[in-house]
Amino acid sequence: MPSDIPADSIGLVTPETLHFDTPLALSCGRVLESYDLVIETYGKLNADASNAVLICHALSGHHHAAGYHSMEDRKPGWWDSAIGPGKPIDTNRFFVVALNNLGGCHGSTGPKSINPETGKPYGPDFPIFTVKDWVNSQVRLADRLGVSQWAAVIGGSLGGMQAMQWAIDYPDRLRNCLMIAAAPKLSAQNIAFNEVARQAISKDPMFHSGHYYEHGVVPKTGLALARMVGHITYLSDDGMREKFGRELRAGKLSFDFNNPQFEVESYLQYQGERFSTSFDANTYLLMTKALDYFDPAADYGHDLVAALSHATCRFLVVSFTTDWRFSPERSRETVDALVAAQKEVSYAEIESAHGHDAFLIPNPRYMAIFAAYMNRVDAESKALANKESNHAS
Amino acid sequence: MRADLEIIQEWIRPGSQVLDLGCGDGELLANLKSEKNVGGYGLEIDQDNITTCIEKGVSVVEQDIDRGLASIRDSSFDTVVMTQALQTMHRPDQTVEEMLRIGKECIVTFPNFAHWRARFYLAFRGRMPVSKFLPYTWYNTPNIHFCTFDDFERLCVEHNIRILDRTVVDHKLRDRWWIRLWPNMLGEIAIYRITR
Repeated sequence: MPSDIPADSIGLVTPETLHFDTPLALSCGRVLESYDLVIETYGKLNADASNAVLICHALSGHHHAAGYHSMEDRKPGWWDSAIGPGKPIDTNRFFVVALNNLGGCHGSTGPKSINPETGKPYGPDFPIFTVKDWVNSQVRLADRLGVSQWAAVIGGSLGGMQAMQWAIDYPDRLRNCLMIAAAPKLSAQNIAFNEVARQAISKDPMFHSGHYYEHGVVPKTGLALARMVGHITYLSDDGMREKFGRELRAGKLSFDFNNPQFEVESYLQYQGERFSTSFDANTYLLMTKALDYFDPAADYGHDLVAALSHATCRFLVVSFTTDWRFSPERSRETVDALVAAQKEVSYAEIESAHGHDAFLIPNPRYMAIFAAYMNRVDAESKALANKESNHAS
Repeated sequence: MRADLEIIQEWIRPGSQVLDLGCGDGELLANLKSEKNVGGYGLEIDQDNITTCIEKGVSVVEQDIDRGLASIRDSSFDTVVMTQALQTMHRPDQTVEEMLRIGKECIVTFPNFAHWRARFYLAFRGRMPVSKFLPYTWYNTPNIHFCTFDDFERLCVEHNIRILDRTVVDHKLRDRWWIRLWPNMLGEIAIYRITR
């Protein structure tokens, strides 16, 4: 619980639910007739709507990116390190929009929602979403908010992939694209880890082919296992050594299988347990599929340069040295393609021991580069606002 | 602006694409962008320089030139520039070859180890030259492959590289008439424009 809200926090925030009635055609061929998006916004939209920034979330993220929902909250939003007054995504300057993507489990329409055709939860029948579909739904959100062009679309990991898809599909609707700890597509190894996670969930006897809501149960064991394997890929070998080493909880080996003995076992079990009671298994399956399917170059003859040649925005690409889920080499693929397509791009490889999770953890160099880039974004937005007001006068 | 950068700027065509290897704080690229509408990127490894470039709106990619430029396509830049870094490369010959592969033209600047002061220092003190302009000692210098203007021109002959322009200046980057009398003895920094 924050006894006082820190000065650099956006403070108490309230989510809102927006309803959309225009049917959304999806990559899978199905149509979502109507849906809700839960969002949070921080800061103020300026008169010409030139200071709006979209935050795209990663696999287990949601709309609560910064601030606190109540004074009882143990932790702030998931990207509070980067969003707030005076932070890189400065809420004194920018109007920040964060949403829960469709298929999610934090209030936007997803597998837990009631399917109007059956009157029951969608469960496994909820359509499989792609990154492209999400971006299409986010365009509707921008329209609703009166944002014709984002000053920046920003995301880490799967969120970075959404930012890339924006740049390719809607070049006129963003001026900057920030892709942090992302990749232009998943590798076989990435897909393999996702498949282990899916198998863990779907083989749980409580899963009931995805209809577990009707049975009043949740596949906790499977979801916890999925999270545990995922979590290992978010950390680095160095980071785990630093954090846990071979520390024993009881100080000695107990020669049994009953309890976690090493600190790392206990940590993973705690993470899995906590996640399995707060996240929806069907959503987890959907999110991993969206990751696996992401491959924007596939629409352009598997040529990433051709795909990115449509973009008109400027790019910032950031990777982290010990990230092996989406390693610096994967970010380099994007950077090399952007250079070949003669797009404006800057790239930094940040030294960090925190693996893939590093994108969520403040680090002086990361924050300095992030802030430097966002200062430019702010200056451009202001220049644009001045130009337009001069035109008007 | 640094005097050598002014000379280089003269040699770059408006509207062209430039790659600046070891771009420092992005001064050259920022000027080329505003004065000549030149696009392009800087490669840099110094963290503070990278942040400064981003602040200036210069496109900068964190990349160690010594680890190669293989990721960049053939002839993808009109001009590839490298100022005062050739002598710090592990294999300057290979770096020059790579520059000529990715750029239609290249501009290279480096200090002349055959300048009379360096010769004098080595001849009479018997020790590796240290000066205000090149302040390092032999064991901590980043300048691991010093050469002379004549050495560089020999490399160009051996590698079939055409020298389009050469300007030789003193360490304050001034163009002095007397340097032209005996560049390899009197010049301190050379700026070469080369192509294949």
